[in-house]
Amino acid sequence: MIKSQCLDIKSLEERAKVIRRHVIRMLAKAGSGHPGSSLSTVDLLVALFYNKLKHNPQQPAWPNRDRFVMSKGHGCPALYAVLAEMGYFGIDKLDTLRQFGSILQGHPCMKTTPGIEISGGSLGQGLSVGLGIALAAKLDKKDYRTYVMLGDGEIEEGQVWEAAMAASHYKADNLCAIIDQNGLQIDGFIHEIMSSYPIPDKWSGFGWHVIEINGHDYKAISSAYDEAEKIKGRPTVIVAKTIKGKGVSFMENQVDWHGKAPTKEEAERALAELE
Amino acid sequence: MTEMIATRQAYGDALVELGEKNKDIVVLDADLSKSTTTAKFGKKFPERFFNMGVAEANMMNTAAGLATCGKIAFVSSFSIFATGRAWEQIRNTICYSGLNVKIVATHSGVSVGPDGASHQCIEDISLMKTIPTMTVVEPCDAVETRKSILAAVAHKGPIYIRLGRAAVPVITKKEEPYTIGKANILRNGKDVAIVACGALVANSLTAADVLSKEGIEATVVNMHTIKPIDQEILVKVARQVNAVVTAEQHVLDGGLGSAVASVLARNYPVPMEMIGIDNRFGQSGEPDILFKEYHLLPEDIVVAAKRAIERKKK
Repeated sequence: MIKSQCLDIKSLEERAKVIRRHVIRMLAKAGSGHPGSSLSTVDLLVALFYNKLKHNPQQPAWPNRDRFVMSKGHGCPALYAVLAEMGYFGIDKLDTLRQFGSILQGHPCMKTTPGIEISGGSLGQGLSVGLGIALAAKLDKKDYRTYVMLGDGEIEEGQVWEAAMAASHYKADNLCAIIDQNGLQIDGFIHEIMSSYPIPDKWSGFGWHVIEINGHDYKAISSAYDEAEKIKGRPTVIVAKTIKGKGVSFMENQVDWHGKAPTKEEAERALAELE
Repeated sequence: MTEMIATRQAYGDALVELGEKNKDIVVLDADLSKSTTTAKFGKKFPERFFNMGVAEANMMNTAAGLATCGKIAFVSSFSIFATGRAWEQIRNTICYSGLNVKIVATHSGVSVGPDGASHQCIEDISLMKTIPTMTVVEPCDAVETRKSILAAVAHKGPIYIRLGRAAVPVITKKEEPYTIGKANILRNGKDVAIVACGALVANSLTAADVLSKEGIEATVVNMHTIKPIDQEILVKVARQVNAVVTAEQHVLDGGLGSAVASVLARNYPVPMEMIGIDNRFGQSGEPDILFKEYHLLPEDIVVAAKRAIERKKK
């Protein structure tokens, strides 16, 4: 087992910059993908993978590892970059994103990518998978934890609420949902297309422990992960307010950057901002 | 008198038997555990039984999560909800990930009876066999159901097992071999072959008896695995008799008949007739009345066999 590294905030912020640079380069090379929804998740992922998860990149199938499920699968470039930086596979593989024969498919594929727990990309399915993993842990009396990242657009899917109800019913306190609340979905702002707000009230109504944070504040993120671990008898959801496209000024809060790759010139501008 | 047992009853018993031997087996149901008979397992092994409520999509993916941790997850509901409502969960999370999830659904076909069309799933074979890597099985009786459940545990990866509500005659024997993907020939004849699955196997045997009295000898093939279908047996039998009838309690589009036609068209085309439901929904009624209405009776198979034989003479 490799215990989390416990980096300080400055180091985490440095890591996040590296990850965001990878995301921009990967998408520019691939010519397609989802920059906005990748960039909004980066700080949540960096804090989780570097400072919280018990896992072993040299042994991705280690049975006692903590599990992470990227339910909002289109944000996977950020996850791929984190996995590569942690040593799950070579950083050079990032250049192959979305190409024919690549281990890095357009949406997560557990058969090709070390560190991916479940194949997916169709929204609304990951929390149910996380619940199944959490139930297996309880059955086997193991103490590993399961984290599932969802989008605030994604939770418009009814299945998410089936899972929320069931996780609460089964008192899955080893399950932690993270909502990347970046305020946008493909067609526009969440509050204009289909409001999933108020998010915290809905989850507490389903019996979850709710923690609200700024999803780019490392102190808040870390203490939320710690708090979630201590809550017994019910699952925890971390509702993290984030900025879609975070870190690249011209992508931030812009709906057009949901599913469009930067051109070479745009990528250069973005990378300059991430120096 | 032939013993009558519903395949779903044999399923519940097989689960209890397996649960004793294999601690990795977990069972999920969506508030239909008395009807699907998984409640028998739930009573015996409550810690390994998860009632997921009336929420099939979540149930399917919870099973997927359990399977990623080494569990052999049996998931049950009525076929319409398991394969219809949760189709995309089965496709995108279970099959695409290649997970060890066993979907065993009951209440397939019009023999569901009085509940009517909404609960009579006649599209599930088609829905399941179109998904890459999925295996699709429909046992013909209670004895074969037990064998299929045991085989499903040994089988790596996803499988769909189609069961019924109504009692059906026991026509196979415990000692007869059973291998997923290998059809069983129940009777040999030189004039025509009847290839059937599920409840239509018994009707095909009855049809063969009737034909025999008229001097027509039929081969009866129990095609318990619809995918992967036993191509070898199909081509061999087609070469021997040169006329084939398929029989299933399912719509003609995308079911057993389509699968058999696809094999024969590519390898050895012969005149084919198909017994099945032709572009209609079911309706309320007792199973025997519905079998008559939808032309699934032995007498319908007899007519189809004669038609196929007639066509090969032309």
